[in-house]
Amino acid sequence: MNIVVCVKHIPDPNIPGELEGGRLKRSGVQGVLDPGDEFGVETGLQLKEAHGGEVTLVSMGPPTAMEAIRRGLSMGADKGLLVSDDALQGACALVTARVLAAAIKKSGPFDLVIAGVESTDGYTGTMPSTLAELLDVPQVTFVKRLDSADGTIRADRQTAEGYQVVESPLPALITVTAGVNSPRYASFKGIMAAKKKPVDNLSIGDLGLSSEEVTSMQQIASVGSAEARKAGEVIEDDGTGAQRVAEFLKEAKVI
Amino acid sequence: MDAVDFLDLEPLLTEEEKMIRDTCRRFVGDRVMPGIEKWFEAAEFPVEVATELGSLGLLGMHLSGYGCAGTNAVSYGLACLELEAGDAGFRSFVSVQGSLAMWPIWKYGSEEQKQEWLPRMAAGEAIGCFGLTEPDFGSDPAGMRTSAKKNGSDWVLNGNKLWITNGGIADVAIVWARTDEGVRGFLVPRNTKGFTTRDIHRKLSLRASVTSELILDNCRLPADAVLPGVTGMKGPLSCLSEARFGIVWGVMGSARACYECALEYSKTRIAFDKPIGSFQLTQEKLVNMMLEINKGLLLALHLGRKKDDGNLAPQQVSFGKLNNVREALAIAREARTILGANGVTLEYPVIRHANNLESVLTYEGTSEIHTLILGQAITGLNAFA
Repeated sequence: MNIVVCVKHIPDPNIPGELEGGRLKRSGVQGVLDPGDEFGVETGLQLKEAHGGEVTLVSMGPPTAMEAIRRGLSMGADKGLLVSDDALQGACALVTARVLAAAIKKSGPFDLVIAGVESTDGYTGTMPSTLAELLDVPQVTFVKRLDSADGTIRADRQTAEGYQVVESPLPALITVTAGVNSPRYASFKGIMAAKKKPVDNLSIGDLGLSSEEVTSMQQIASVGSAEARKAGEVIEDDGTGAQRVAEFLKEAKVI
Repeated sequence: MDAVDFLDLEPLLTEEEKMIRDTCRRFVGDRVMPGIEKWFEAAEFPVEVATELGSLGLLGMHLSGYGCAGTNAVSYGLACLELEAGDAGFRSFVSVQGSLAMWPIWKYGSEEQKQEWLPRMAAGEAIGCFGLTEPDFGSDPAGMRTSAKKNGSDWVLNGNKLWITNGGIADVAIVWARTDEGVRGFLVPRNTKGFTTRDIHRKLSLRASVTSELILDNCRLPADAVLPGVTGMKGPLSCLSEARFGIVWGVMGSARACYECALEYSKTRIAFDKPIGSFQLTQEKLVNMMLEINKGLLLALHLGRKKDDGNLAPQQVSFGKLNNVREALAIAREARTILGANGVTLEYPVIRHANNLESVLTYEGTSEIHTLILGQAITGLNAFA
């Protein structure tokens, strides 16, 4: 089973982010493999261990994004592909999907593409679905449990109410939720081996994409700080306390 | 400015070294920190963690082949630092397994001995210990009484070894004993007749680590139990030089944990209506800690690069061990004063590190012995012979 895992290098979410011209500051900031993508890499590795084949990591980003690919390779992935191009700075989700689709097609035939549900920096959550359309394969999003057999996958798909059991033929694209598995540590042997694994560096020219195709359609109108967290509501029990707690939980869609 | 990496040493590390350090730090956060207060208080080492340390690649990580990761010395040092920032008991486990038990097999063992033990030890499935110190011979190990006598083709060992880290949980002990040809190393498997261990209780330091006595009472071993590659005190002493190198780094982990804790505390603890970190005396303490941690790391890194270049002298390792353990202990004690009464409870890591460092000050060459090694190196005069 040949598996492609989309990975993203993002500013370390444990360090408060800074803005730069309406965008998250990325250069000169400590970066990490998006923690959400670690679940994707682990899913890919488990499938490879069960069925054989190869796990290829695909990423778009500045040259420093290589760090995220190396980390995935250290966990056990086989090879990497990084698309870096100055023209892609600030690319919107659609452009990102086009670039990744072109890169995935170029990397060869695949059975399954795996992505996180959404990135931990941009949070649009639209890229994987767009990518599936561009690759013309079925998509199963929000996967919280995955079984695979010859030529098909069967997934528990998380919904607001519970979960659906969905089957899909391969090739397909899935997005995995945090909790689908426990990502392994990169072993020291894996770290030592990672530097010897092949990684392709491509530009948009190598992918045959035109400049229109990589021009972002999306514009950022404004950026503001998130509302400061408010103090919690204190409910004094005057006999209706339980009822009010239940209403609060209902409103939060917890019950 | 970074309050910890004040000198910006980060760019001096390679990507691979940083990845190994970060992986180790994450493991310590996930697997050591949640349990360490309980293990320290209960005086137990969670032996089930051994295989996890093994699959991470920490055991014998700087050795090549036989299932070992084959990292450089700096990576090994960084891993020791992160482990000891958790607890020196864990770092001691890894030091003993990798540098004192696996290293002599790797360096002086026969191919059969290597095949038999190293892969399992790298995986954490077999645990090793190192028996050199005796009840009456610590700083002067050459005076050891433990003997190995030829009997036919077998060896018969008699004697006691004391203060042996991992002794009670070891599957194999590397025992150093006096023979007619000089001191030799023997591989003693756990169930060998005539070999028993007894754990030492009531320690108030390195409580999350097993310390034991090894008892050899007419312990009969086959001819191939001896390490063929070395005869004389050079054998055990070269092992110690390996392990001491890890300590040079490890103690900076204890020091960093104490400093970070004291720094955070000083900014939130209010006295006389101000955070205590705003007082000049507290700032001086914090600055002195930060200075010594950065200097100690520079020293460790310099020694690590020299080790990787193959030109690190044992006396230079003594320099590192003497300085960094001394400073780490001073930092731990100073941090304790910033935490006031809170500093003596296990709610905070400081007293645990301070207590652990009392052992580290003594084991693997006391600070006195390292001082005299340096004294001899600069004067040419031997103070202990």
